[in-house]
Amino acid sequence: MKSVKVIVSFVFTLSLLSFPSSGFQSDELLVDDEEFGLEGSPQPRSPEPIPTRSPPVTAPTRKRHSDLDSDSKIQFSLEHAFGDSDFSPAGTFSARLKTWSHGGQTLTKLRFSRNSFTDEDKEKFKNLLENDDFYRIRIPSNVLSPPGRDFVISSVKARCLPREGLDEHFVIHMEGVNVLAVNYGSPGSCPYPRNLKLPAKWSFSSHTVLKNSEQAPRAPVFSEEILGGENAEGEVVQPPERSFWAKYWMYLIPLGLIVMNAITQAMNMPEEQASGQGQPSAGAVQRGPSSAARRR
Amino acid sequence: MVLPLIAGLVREESGLGWDDNMKMITCDRVTYDAAVTIHPKYAPFLNKKIEFYDEMSLVVGQDMATGSFAKTFVDIDLDNVVEGSLPLNFENEDVDEERTKSEKLGEIAEALKKFTEDKTPHPFAMPITHAFLLFLIFSSLQPTLSLYEDQVGLTDWHQQYIGKVKQAVFHTHKTGRKRVVVSTEDNVIATLDLRRGEIFWRHVLGHNDVVDGIVIALGKYVITLSSEGSILRAWNLPDGQMVWESSLHGPKHSKSLLVMTNVVIEKDNVVIIFSNGRLHAVSCIDGEVLWNKDFEVESLVVQKVIQPPGSNFVYVVGFAASSHFEMYQINAMNGELRKHESAAFSGGFSGEVSLVSSETLVALDSTGLILLRISFHKGNVSIQQTPISNLVEDSLGPAVIIPSSIMELFAIKINAVTIFIRVTGTGKLEVVEKANHETAVGDALSISEGQQAFGLVQHAGRDIHLTVKLAHDWGGDLLKESIKMDQQRGLVHKVFINNYVRTDGSYGFRALIVMEDHSLLLLQQGAIVWSREDGLASIIDVTTSELPVERAGVSVAKVELNLFEWLKGHMLKLKGTLMLASPEDIAAIQYMRLKSSEKSKMTRDHNGFRKLLIALTRAGKLFALHTGDGRIVWSLLLQSLHKSEACQHPIGLNLCPWQVPHHHALDENPSVLVVGRCGPSSDAPGVISFVDSYTGKELSSSSLVHSVAQVIPLPYTDSTEQRFHLLIDADKHAHLYPKTPEAIGIFRREFSNIYWYSVEDDNGIIKGYALKSKCDGNVADKFCFGSRELWSIVLPSESEKIIATVTRKLNEAVHTQAKLIAADQDVMYKYISRNLLFVATVAPKASGEIGSVTPEESWLVVYLIDTVTGFVLHRVTHHGSQGPVEAVFSENWVVYHYFNLRAHRYEMSVIEIYDQSRADNKDVWKLVVGKHNLTSPISSYSRSEVVTKSQSYFFTHSLKAIAVTSTAKGITSKQLLIGTIGDQVLALDKRFLDPRRSVNPTQAEREEGIIPLTDSLPIIPQSYITHNLRVEGLRGIITVPAKLESTTLVFAHGLDLFFTHFAPSRTYDSLTEDFSCALLLITIVVLVAAIFVTWVLSQRKELQDKWR
Repeated sequence: MKSVKVIVSFVFTLSLLSFPSSGFQSDELLVDDEEFGLEGSPQPRSPEPIPTRSPPVTAPTRKRHSDLDSDSKIQFSLEHAFGDSDFSPAGTFSARLKTWSHGGQTLTKLRFSRNSFTDEDKEKFKNLLENDDFYRIRIPSNVLSPPGRDFVISSVKARCLPREGLDEHFVIHMEGVNVLAVNYGSPGSCPYPRNLKLPAKWSFSSHTVLKNSEQAPRAPVFSEEILGGENAEGEVVQPPERSFWAKYWMYLIPLGLIVMNAITQAMNMPEEQASGQGQPSAGAVQRGPSSAARRR
Repeated sequence: MVLPLIAGLVREESGLGWDDNMKMITCDRVTYDAAVTIHPKYAPFLNKKIEFYDEMSLVVGQDMATGSFAKTFVDIDLDNVVEGSLPLNFENEDVDEERTKSEKLGEIAEALKKFTEDKTPHPFAMPITHAFLLFLIFSSLQPTLSLYEDQVGLTDWHQQYIGKVKQAVFHTHKTGRKRVVVSTEDNVIATLDLRRGEIFWRHVLGHNDVVDGIVIALGKYVITLSSEGSILRAWNLPDGQMVWESSLHGPKHSKSLLVMTNVVIEKDNVVIIFSNGRLHAVSCIDGEVLWNKDFEVESLVVQKVIQPPGSNFVYVVGFAASSHFEMYQINAMNGELRKHESAAFSGGFSGEVSLVSSETLVALDSTGLILLRISFHKGNVSIQQTPISNLVEDSLGPAVIIPSSIMELFAIKINAVTIFIRVTGTGKLEVVEKANHETAVGDALSISEGQQAFGLVQHAGRDIHLTVKLAHDWGGDLLKESIKMDQQRGLVHKVFINNYVRTDGSYGFRALIVMEDHSLLLLQQGAIVWSREDGLASIIDVTTSELPVERAGVSVAKVELNLFEWLKGHMLKLKGTLMLASPEDIAAIQYMRLKSSEKSKMTRDHNGFRKLLIALTRAGKLFALHTGDGRIVWSLLLQSLHKSEACQHPIGLNLCPWQVPHHHALDENPSVLVVGRCGPSSDAPGVISFVDSYTGKELSSSSLVHSVAQVIPLPYTDSTEQRFHLLIDADKHAHLYPKTPEAIGIFRREFSNIYWYSVEDDNGIIKGYALKSKCDGNVADKFCFGSRELWSIVLPSESEKIIATVTRKLNEAVHTQAKLIAADQDVMYKYISRNLLFVATVAPKASGEIGSVTPEESWLVVYLIDTVTGFVLHRVTHHGSQGPVEAVFSENWVVYHYFNLRAHRYEMSVIEIYDQSRADNKDVWKLVVGKHNLTSPISSYSRSEVVTKSQSYFFTHSLKAIAVTSTAKGITSKQLLIGTIGDQVLALDKRFLDPRRSVNPTQAEREEGIIPLTDSLPIIPQSYITHNLRVEGLRGIITVPAKLESTTLVFAHGLDLFFTHFAPSRTYDSLTEDFSCALLLITIVVLVAAIFVTWVLSQRKELQDKWR
């Protein structure tokens, strides 16, 4: 977590340095989403600031499926709405569309540039914060022919976003060129009694992650033979090397007890010898009542 | 799975086959005859569903004789019974064969045994005692949860139903058992005992195998036409084995008609079928199609196939192009067309026709105002028109013909009035009666030469009047009876009458009536002889209710035993424990246990075993069943779900607990909410009613102004413990119930935390909503809230189609949030959220039958979606797999079942979800210092860091339903309850579906209970919780926690009902049923006495010592 924070702040400083005069803050995450993309990794890759890398027009791809694979650049827009207001453009996603030789198309190298809030937007957002209302975003469900069948909508309670600035986090679930869903929220936790807190800076720091479907693990297939063989082999290897104690504790404990007993006995013996008269007198005392009874 | 002995047999005997689906040995006619003549005892097992087949494989196994199961085989062919002097009165019909299941099972096993003995030379003479067999079974397998024979029926009950009867045919002319053959709307063919209404045999056909008609042929076969007229089957009447089956094909889809004829072709009786646009004549003996005939007129809609008595030709009559009447006269011997006539009628025809003689029809024109009498006497068609207004002065609106075939008489219905009209010989129509009450008319019954009788049931207040009249003589009633009828049964829907000869030689009539609530009653001699609650065959929704607390003034069943009985019972029990009991005593003890008054009391018990199961049926009737013995405590035909002018097609939707008294509100009775709507579409107006769970009285009901698309129970209650419900209408407005100011106050406070979602599975969009403070349109209603769309998930329509969605049960108890992984001394936190939704989608192409697509073009994608934020937490694709998907969601895992096309097998997968954001809490020091976030509230809006673990296993069966056990505190380990294709319920330990199973678990993992990895899930025959019973047509399994932590109550419903107690980890928290307190007490008393005696003795000894 800490490293992420460091990187985030690094992103900020870098982007501030690189665009000192530009009207908006953009923080673009470059996601190298090759064949297997980000699946399996629970945390997003650390965002890479753009200035460190030139625009990936001819970015070298590590693995090419075949020479027939072709790339093309596409863009689709992010729209937002404050509460129940209408949607208006808020930013642009740009990505490269990779066409595989087998006909499939996937998006790679997703970047996001966000328009900064206008004063009107800020006013609206403040209203949202005061009313604990929803900030909603939407993106087209098909990136090639927007809006596709419908827009994919996501929303978050506005009070979840402000930290230092405004932190947002996109996870876009894709299937080919179709956007199935977008998880939009703040990177951290946001439990229920949400307090009103205005952001210090009206700039967004955005993280975007692209997710494709995972393959389910296959059911394990054993042929009888292998299973039998493995079992037999396992049988041979099986007797696990248990410690001496684990094996013989049932003998050791009684032994220990006997030894202890013997030691105490041995300890008592010298004592008895030392106080020679103690014993008989004690016996006399003990027998006292009974002898008294006998006398009666 | 085919039993090896059957497999062997099927291999050896050519012409025999094995149908695993139907569990029957199939064979063709020749083989059948040959086999049956050589070995008559095989007859019941050829072409007949072998019941209890699955159990048999466990009892018979490979080569184990079952000593006490072995019984001599009884040939049950009724035709061998000597025909006496047709005893038609009650006294002579004796009731035989009260055979128990185990006897029958033993019988089948024995006969099959013999079957193989004939094949195999080595003799079988190894009488193994029953006890030894049981010992073998229970000791040879790993410890499982199985029942001993004497435990069957102790906590479980099983009820068999058939559904709403469509058609009934009586069979009473033979001696022996009088029976009625029925076909029902649930695709069941059954024969019922006319004496007590019990089922002799029953066949449940597939859900798309709708029965079109039944007839009895040759006095011993039941011939059924099903599957839209394409399958004709003959069943042996006495025992229900299938005799033959033929399939009929035709050029086009059409109405299916089945007509029994008395035509004989080469000694074969012939049945004539019109189906799929073709006329077929089929032999009754072997199902061979003798001839068939196509009709050249393209648009012909055949209405009737008529065989005039004593002739050898049939008339096929119908309408073509809706304005032509067509008549074909066809030679029944060879299918030759003898005559074809047609007549045009410009007014057109509508609806049904009534047959008033073998050569005269009555129909209505397309406006429903003119009656048409169509005569085709000797092949000359003539149409005679009579406006209804000529017959009935004040007729209002169009009429409807009630289809019947009574000589010279027919009935029409205008609005709610039924009018009976006579057709005189000269063709004149005259009204004989106008009945204003609800009336049901039965078909005609020939009682003697040329005389026909028919039955008529009319409602008059609380009574119904059954009248049997002669067709030609309206005035003279053969029978007029008035019977008091339970108001909760509603109206009479169907009447079937049957005659018998009374002891005094006159005719008597019995009537089988089907009521509005789908129940079936037999009326005879002015009384209800028996009734069957067949509405219970179609349960829509089930909920449970606690019984009242036992205290003064609360009704307790009057079955308390007197002191003597009580003492006797305990003496018997003691004898049983000390092994002194004679066999009679043991039987008495068993009887006592089964009939124990304890379990059927009407009060709450300490262990929470006694509850009321409240079931809503398709007929709109509520039933309360007692869990102890399955009896009906009360039933209520809901007025709100009653067909009325405003509500033409009411259907029940949901049943929710409405008021569950608790603490301070204990004085009130609990109640349930029934939600329904008027019609199949989701924008039809809704109806709700509230019913008291103890008394079964409808507290209130109302028809709503809005529609009901979804019912959402909320976790809030008001001061009288009424639960809040949101009813979502088709316009996505949420309506809050109960409509009280208090409710709105509480609701406003929680307002911002209420979210809901909708799944539009036809266009593949899932949407989430929050509530708005007001309805959009009407401002007046303050209980109505608008909704705003918060999120949406749009699945690409070309590649995914939603086929299943599953959520967690709302009231599920989760004991611990952490899961200890013993192997690496680690803790994982379960991701437990009530807002998770499991969605399964398949490729649109692959949504059809299994095998209709190749593995390359089919896939199954499953999603786990948070329904508050719309976050997709997990998405995984199974390539080469397809539905149907059955899934169950519990705690932090979901198990789903689907078909793997590549492996050609069914698979079950498990996904477990763990919360990674709380994983840091493992450190004990953090806990001590208080730096953990365990107590911080969990919010869906926090970014979720979840990890999932999953694994797939092969599974042999296809499923009908799947559920999971639920216990009071959630401590007991879980078992999956799987409704198999064989209509049984199988319990499968969840540990078999653990994603952490590996081929060689380490020692630590073994101690934790991890089972070594196998590729398929085991099916242990002892873990069928339905033991040897089947829940035919299984549709749902419901689990309810008892108060005792170890036990869960399981209710499976389909056509049959089954209820049992089930302990997933055995009853660790209570003494077993056969624990004898008396023995314990006696032991203690003896011990105490012994202590005293020895103490006294030792005192004496010591005294003596001291004196010495």
